[in-house]
Amino acid sequence: MSGYWDPHIERMPLEDLHALQEDRLKSVVRYVYDHSAFYRQRFKEAGVEPGDIRTLADVSKLPFTRKVDLRDNYPTGMFSAPKSQVVRYHVSSGTTGKPTVVGYTKGDIETWSESLARALTSIGLDSDDVVQVGYGYGLFTGGLGLHYGAERIGAAVLPVGTGNTERQIELMQDLGTTAIACTPSYFLHIMEVAEKMGISIKKDTQLKAGIFGAEPWSLETRKRIEEATGINAYDIYGTSEISGPLFTECHVKKGIHVWADMFLIEVLDPKTDEPVADGETGELVFTTLHKFALPLIRYRIGDLTIMNSEPCECGRTHPRIMRILGRTDDMLIIRGINVFPSQVESVLMDIPEVGDHWEILVDRKGPLDMMTVRVELTSAGFSDKIGDLMKLRKKISKELKGVLNIAAEVDLVEPGTIPRSMGKAKRVTDNRKV
Amino acid sequence: MTEIKQISLFVENRPGRTAKVAKTLSDAGVNIRALTIAEAGDFGVIRMVLDDPEKGYKVLKENAFTVSMTDVLAVEMKDTPGGLYEIVNTLGQNSVNVDYAYAFVTAKAQRAMLILRVDDIAKARRVLGEKNVKIATKEEIQAI
Ligand SMILES: [Zn+2]
Repeated sequence: MSGYWDPHIERMPLEDLHALQEDRLKSVVRYVYDHSAFYRQRFKEAGVEPGDIRTLADVSKLPFTRKVDLRDNYPTGMFSAPKSQVVRYHVSSGTTGKPTVVGYTKGDIETWSESLARALTSIGLDSDDVVQVGYGYGLFTGGLGLHYGAERIGAAVLPVGTGNTERQIELMQDLGTTAIACTPSYFLHIMEVAEKMGISIKKDTQLKAGIFGAEPWSLETRKRIEEATGINAYDIYGTSEISGPLFTECHVKKGIHVWADMFLIEVLDPKTDEPVADGETGELVFTTLHKFALPLIRYRIGDLTIMNSEPCECGRTHPRIMRILGRTDDMLIIRGINVFPSQVESVLMDIPEVGDHWEILVDRKGPLDMMTVRVELTSAGFSDKIGDLMKLRKKISKELKGVLNIAAEVDLVEPGTIPRSMGKAKRVTDNRKV
Repeated sequence: MTEIKQISLFVENRPGRTAKVAKTLSDAGVNIRALTIAEAGDFGVIRMVLDDPEKGYKVLKENAFTVSMTDVLAVEMKDTPGGLYEIVNTLGQNSVNVDYAYAFVTAKAQRAMLILRVDDIAKARRVLGEKNVKIATKEEIQAI
């Protein structure tokens, strides 16, 4: 059992929490209107003024913002704080087009650290822990974000960053790392390298928790990691636009708590922009309630999720979002059907003959899109009878089709042949000429 | 009776893979007694009888190959027409299924040897023995 970092806020009765959100929503709307020409213009176009926002429900009157707005206003056109108050920038390299710049006041860094301090405490970490930060440091928010969060709870931080995997494993042993934060695909690589070095994460290290995110991963992958290493694997969520990694699951592992005093979330039907009910899938929309350099109003991150606003077994009243199903940016459209790489992952990781690493290739043959899924065959899955291997290939193909509704070619490949990643895994290669 | 251990490998159909297998074994001083490749389009299975299967298995595994060890029978084929038929027919009549088979000859051995993977190795040994088919021992294969 773990305690709370800020019990007063984390267990606040819903009524009080909503009142606090309402106050903060009104303030942030007034603040951006007064401080950002961008928002003033947007509000004007939408025919809304700060005075129109009286209740939480009035949030629906506000205009949406998107990543494209950050790009169009590169570098700091959407900022609300003057440069003198900005103490840090992070920059995300856009895979397409211009990068996006985010900024923080001193208070924004505090809020960010506070958010992660609550999260890390909710998975049972405290000042006795050694937290190995295997996210990239630098312009990417992952490394420094976790670093500040872990320091705030008084844990010892091991700022290894990405790469140099053998050294990571040695340090993990020598310094008694108890928690690691990195991408799930990088942790799978660490597991593989440890095995090659003859080190059992279960027996030879003190690792008890993994904080995995920055890319979608499935429950099946969680199961594999937990069974192989004996650790508890927790999902972490956040993107640079809303500060960086901010929220994790609590020890109950039934959704990621989004701190309602800091953020107002909506889950909307992407077609109608109307809220969907608890338990239904929709697009996640963030309004920052306590962020000053770059506040965001109704920011459409493009992630699909399911909200649960019931208080949690852990005693926290803040709403939870279920595992992110996929980012709309990552969605592939193959023969007119939407395919999320995370769906492919959940099918594959449930098949014991399939190794931990896989990739999707998309090609166009004539008028037809072709999807090929390449999987590494495990030693346990290897039969020296060709017929068995053909059957396995058929089985994988059939299970993919059952979930995706489209046929996929399956290639069985030798272990170690699919590229390993240190950061976000590149699972998809789309060779279609658009 | 210790059975003969066959080493099987999963390989993608890429240039140089079979050569890599051969090099890995020869660097370790392991000799290949017999080898066959079964292909299925973009991948295949290499099956081998080695003079030191334990060592071969270990070095291949260390070199990240997907490898398994399987019990097989090595039987001598009579140097007359119908030699293969007799073996396969005997097994079939006694409802022993043959998963696969491949033959090899060596300079020292008098006759061709047939490697068989069957679903019931003990029964195969018995029914072939009754027909006076000579079954090679592990030591004999190692000494070839
Ligand atoms: Zn909880």
